[in-house]
Amino acid sequence: MAPLPTSVSETKELLAQGRYLAGEALSTSVYLSLKLQRPLFLEGEAGVGKTEIAKVLAEVLDRPLVRLQCYEGLDLSSAAYEWNYSRQLLHIRAAEAAHERADLATIEHDIYSETYLLKRPLLQALELSKEGQAPVLLVDELDRSDEPFEAFLLELLADYQITIPELGPVRASEPPITILTSNRTREVHDAVRRRCFYHWIDFPGAAREKAILELKVPYASKELTRQLVDFVQSLRQMDLYKNPGIAESINWAQALTTLNCVALEPETVDSTLGTLLKYQDDISRIRGSEAAQLLDKLKSETREAAPADGAA
Amino acid sequence: MSADAPETTAVDLDPNLIASRVDGGRITDNILYFARLLRAAGLPVGPQKTVLATKAVLTAGVESPNVLYWALHACFVSHPSEHEIFDQAFHLYWRDPGYLEQMLSLMLPKSPGGSTDESSKELSRRLREQLFSDHEPEATREEDRIEMDAAETWSASEVFRQKDFEQMSAEELRQARQAIERMTLMMEEILTRRHAPANKGERLDQRRMLREVASKGPEFLLPRFKRRTTKRPPLVVLADISGSMDGYARMILHFLHALTNARDRVHSFLFGTRLTNVTRALKNKDADIAVAKVGGEVTDWSGGTRIGHSLKEFNRLWARRVLGQNATVLLITDGLDREGGEGLEQAVRRLRASSRRLIWLNPLFRYDDYAPIAAGARILARYAGETRACHNLASLEDLAIALSARRPASANMGRRAA
Repeated sequence: MAPLPTSVSETKELLAQGRYLAGEALSTSVYLSLKLQRPLFLEGEAGVGKTEIAKVLAEVLDRPLVRLQCYEGLDLSSAAYEWNYSRQLLHIRAAEAAHERADLATIEHDIYSETYLLKRPLLQALELSKEGQAPVLLVDELDRSDEPFEAFLLELLADYQITIPELGPVRASEPPITILTSNRTREVHDAVRRRCFYHWIDFPGAAREKAILELKVPYASKELTRQLVDFVQSLRQMDLYKNPGIAESINWAQALTTLNCVALEPETVDSTLGTLLKYQDDISRIRGSEAAQLLDKLKSETREAAPADGAA
Repeated sequence: MSADAPETTAVDLDPNLIASRVDGGRITDNILYFARLLRAAGLPVGPQKTVLATKAVLTAGVESPNVLYWALHACFVSHPSEHEIFDQAFHLYWRDPGYLEQMLSLMLPKSPGGSTDESSKELSRRLREQLFSDHEPEATREEDRIEMDAAETWSASEVFRQKDFEQMSAEELRQARQAIERMTLMMEEILTRRHAPANKGERLDQRRMLREVASKGPEFLLPRFKRRTTKRPPLVVLADISGSMDGYARMILHFLHALTNARDRVHSFLFGTRLTNVTRALKNKDADIAVAKVGGEVTDWSGGTRIGHSLKEFNRLWARRVLGQNATVLLITDGLDREGGEGLEQAVRRLRASSRRLIWLNPLFRYDDYAPIAAGARILARYAGETRACHNLASLEDLAIALSARRPASANMGRRAA
């Protein structure tokens, strides 16, 4: 396990090592969360790098990543632990068959031992912590779970412990680095928010998006990257039903380079728009004349800007 | 990395101002006062958050004003809507703490008048609204007082239930409101993926069985069951309050208030020319206060209607957040659109696609020979799963019953048999 960073700027560098370009805002939140051992709650549009940050942290800090994907109806037995009922029954049957008139207390003690416990992600994370390998625990898309599950998380978030009625509390001495993400398909309860540091990840500005693309898709031509960033940035101003995130920009850049494009042309934009926009309404609106106009506008802006650059 | 996203460029503070207040332990005091300012501005800032913020600032240090900003931000802001208020409060406070005293003195009950105008002139508008919003509903409530000029004070119950809201006298309206508040609003339930113990059911509750065996002995291995629990889906109401709906707007608000208070997860939006989320205002237990609060928040009463635009706005800003969990949508409008249904088709189709059940309530359905001819109404009729009337008490009661039915009843229930 790598040591934790000791300042905000170190955190930023560390994330950059993992090829994640974070601003000062996000770095501060991450640093505080690491240092004060409090969960970090990240919200933002889809594809802005919420999940990625947990993966990167796990990688640069050299810790295991334990991931819990949330969904409606997620409950204790799939998130934290479950007893292995069939094995427990077998144990009881075996005890009967052997005619040991073992007293109840022994049976109870036997079947509620760790041997019969199936550990799910949350408990796994605490167990790893107990073994001195505090992992990065990612609770992904918390908004997809339902409210009762949130309530269950509270104990974990506040005290880093899970209470199993038959065994007692399992507690982590060194808590896992906990990251929660949400796309805001529903509002997560205040009780969860209150136990976490909160950060809203926004779409990046043009300069940062360009830097990210250069880092993630280095083989794309400079010209293509620049045009692509301008195009995506102006799309985000257009009131689409679903704005493209960074993940989509990266995918698009990858798609375009696979098709050997060195610059954006109306035809290639039309044929690859599906990697960028995910709703038919948006695609049909942009495809064709709108995309061509946008490209023309970007190109003319570049032409205007170019002489000025030359002079400077 | 040389480039910074816009989010960070918003903070351009003079480092010296910040540094000067760090020394001599004043930073903790300042955070405390800052927390009080935020609380006054309406953010839910408790002592726990203040302590956390102090820790955070001491941990992160003040290597740059941005770090201080974002450290406090991570602690005090826990919702995107709080960002703006935090931002303004931060700039106000950490630039010139003198403002704080001004504002705290403004918040004292004894000086609501004279000094307010002068000293708050320079406060940013948003923060001021937050700080003084408490005082405003009083005024609105005065206006809303209903005059008791009813000529007819008694109505036979059945006639009353069938009477159109538009033709009711003030006293009758008052009675109708009370009737609405008393309505029990059931709601159909949908299966969840959670289980609860049951006497009989389709699944064995193995955990319970094992626990019994462990405590009583192997011979007590008996089948125990569990079954899936049900819960009520969220309800989202989109109500038209434009001029043509004038006669019904007040009743609809009371209906919404009753809905909001009877169950959880009700989201209410009003629209005329623009969309307003009034969920929070309607949460007030007292119907009159709630309605008065709504009156203060909505600016486009009795104006034109832009249904297409409003629904599009809803789809873009709210749909993903409130329609997530199998929501039922009530759309209350007469379908008379100022823009002739422009952009409506797309918006309604998307709304229909992202909700489990779309019910259109139209007061015009009271006329037996009503047919949706207006452009907007025609489109709505095509996409709405069910259409119902909402012009009198009886129709609202019908609606309450319809909402509790498991399967949507046949469409056009609103057209009562002649």
